[in-house]
Amino acid sequence: MIASPRLRIPTFGLSGGTLPVALGLLVIAFWVIAAATVQFWPLDPPLDMVARRLQPPSAEHWLGTDALGRDVLSRTLHGARFSIPIAVLVVVAAALIGSLLGALSGFFGGILGAAVMRLVDVTLAFPPILLAMAVAASLGPGLENAAIAMVVVWWPLYARLMRAQVLEVREREHVEAAVAAGAGPFRTLFVHVLPLCWTPVMVNATMDFGQVVLLAASLSFIGLGATPPTPEWGAMISDGARSFYHWWIAFGPGLAIFVVVLGFNFVGDGLRDLLDPRTD
Amino acid sequence: MSEPALLEVRDLRVSFKTAAGELEAVCGVDLDLAAGEVLGVVGESGSGKSVALKAIMGLLPPRARVTGSIRFRGRELLGASEREMRRLRGGRIALIFQDPLTAFNPMLTIGEQIAEMLMLHDRSLSRAQLRARTVELLELVSIPEPSSRIDQYPHEFSGGMRQRAMIAMAVANRPELLIADEPTTALDVTVQAQILDVLRDLQRELDIGLALVTHDLGVVAGMAHRVSVMYSGRIVEHAAVDDLFAAPRHPYTRALLASIPRLEGARGRLASIDGSPPSLAGRPPGCAFAPRCPMSAAVCRSERPALRPVGGSRSACHFAEQLGARTEEAQALR
Repeated sequence: MIASPRLRIPTFGLSGGTLPVALGLLVIAFWVIAAATVQFWPLDPPLDMVARRLQPPSAEHWLGTDALGRDVLSRTLHGARFSIPIAVLVVVAAALIGSLLGALSGFFGGILGAAVMRLVDVTLAFPPILLAMAVAASLGPGLENAAIAMVVVWWPLYARLMRAQVLEVREREHVEAAVAAGAGPFRTLFVHVLPLCWTPVMVNATMDFGQVVLLAASLSFIGLGATPPTPEWGAMISDGARSFYHWWIAFGPGLAIFVVVLGFNFVGDGLRDLLDPRTD
Repeated sequence: MSEPALLEVRDLRVSFKTAAGELEAVCGVDLDLAAGEVLGVVGESGSGKSVALKAIMGLLPPRARVTGSIRFRGRELLGASEREMRRLRGGRIALIFQDPLTAFNPMLTIGEQIAEMLMLHDRSLSRAQLRARTVELLELVSIPEPSSRIDQYPHEFSGGMRQRAMIAMAVANRPELLIADEPTTALDVTVQAQILDVLRDLQRELDIGLALVTHDLGVVAGMAHRVSVMYSGRIVEHAAVDDLFAAPRHPYTRALLASIPRLEGARGRLASIDGSPPSLAGRPPGCAFAPRCPMSAAVCRSERPALRPVGGSRSACHFAEQLGARTEEAQALR
């Protein structure tokens, strides 16, 4: 018998289920630290060095330089300062606004609840990028406006999710028991219903970080987010797309987006497996 | 009359709007309960007993239509403001649920939930006072080591301990009226007896009027003073507990008694009641029990019998008078 050759990857004692989560957490930790401290890193100053423009990757400039001679690696790392806080801000704001409206709609129902859900239906009827473009364009370019546009696009997903959760949890007996104990409607909702509704919202939020990074980059790519000198990933890819033969200009930020989105997806999946008893 | 009765329910009707039309789950029920008295409400599942008692607490969903009169200490509860109901619920009227696992919030400790019950009705209590009162209440229902169990979550309690905690919570604010909705159904037989003991002791000690909803006549026999038997949304027999067991005045009660397993006497097949209760939409025009009744006659299928006094009891059967005699005859034969 010949043992079949097997590629051995060191897993540091982590199983197939937890390895992606650990990798994802590592990636996210890296970008969060970068977002917080990149100003102090010994990187190339973001000055225009026209003399060394459009150089391919080399030992000196690992990811090459762009049309104005700026080091792509430095700019990509600086990009974390924009993408990461925006993703956090948009997801947290959308999750809070959406969950609150969805919870109120599900718990109290009535005309107001129906109105919220019709608004959700209308918003979700648009392709997200199109609606985000429309809102961002009407507010004017700039990262803040892009963030507002993304919250407008994103909250309905959470409203729908939360409403479904609340509709299920409010039928449980302990909720009736709380009412029988003399609890008022708001106390019942916030103490006895909402704490049991957060799991899917949290899992979804983790997955959405990656999606928001992607959407923010898309808006900047089409010129509705960050404006040119800002080293935002989407704007940088947009720069690179203009000169097709200098592939490395778009490669750095593209790789950053890919890695961040993948990292958040890994963590989101892991979180779901951990919190959702229905999966193994 | 010096003080108005604890609970006086008259002609209570509860109906639900459904796709199939308006269905009446409770069709004209009268209940009376005095302070310190135990009233058993017996019936099969679907007989409307739980719905009737939830109506008293105003716990039915908004789509339920409730009419009639529910007087608590002379105060009409139907149409009372939500504020007033909230003060009564958990305060002067409390409820014990059937399944103590699902009736506790899994995210809060037992202590937090009992403390919430206290806090909702007395905002002036301090944190330390709430904790002391909660420990006291757990002691009252004989939960061992209450000061450490107070910080445990519902899933860390056994079924019997959970139901004790539920009782502690229900009596936290010294209610005058306690509604127990099948309090022992979800428990092991051995634990059932302990829980009933706890409930009975507290009921006596605190002089609570207890409405005990159950489908178990054994539970009623050990605890209740008076019994109302419900069938298909109506009370078919109302009697003092001894009279009910000695001389049931309704064939349904008789059938229920016959289906209790007994230790003495010949062992054979357990008696059961053939058929099933009519659906809410398909009640027969006469007596609802007629299709399953061994003594039904033409009059039963055309005319609904009213609840009327028979001997010391009240029965809704056209043949209630003969029934008492027949039972004695049957007992003599045995």
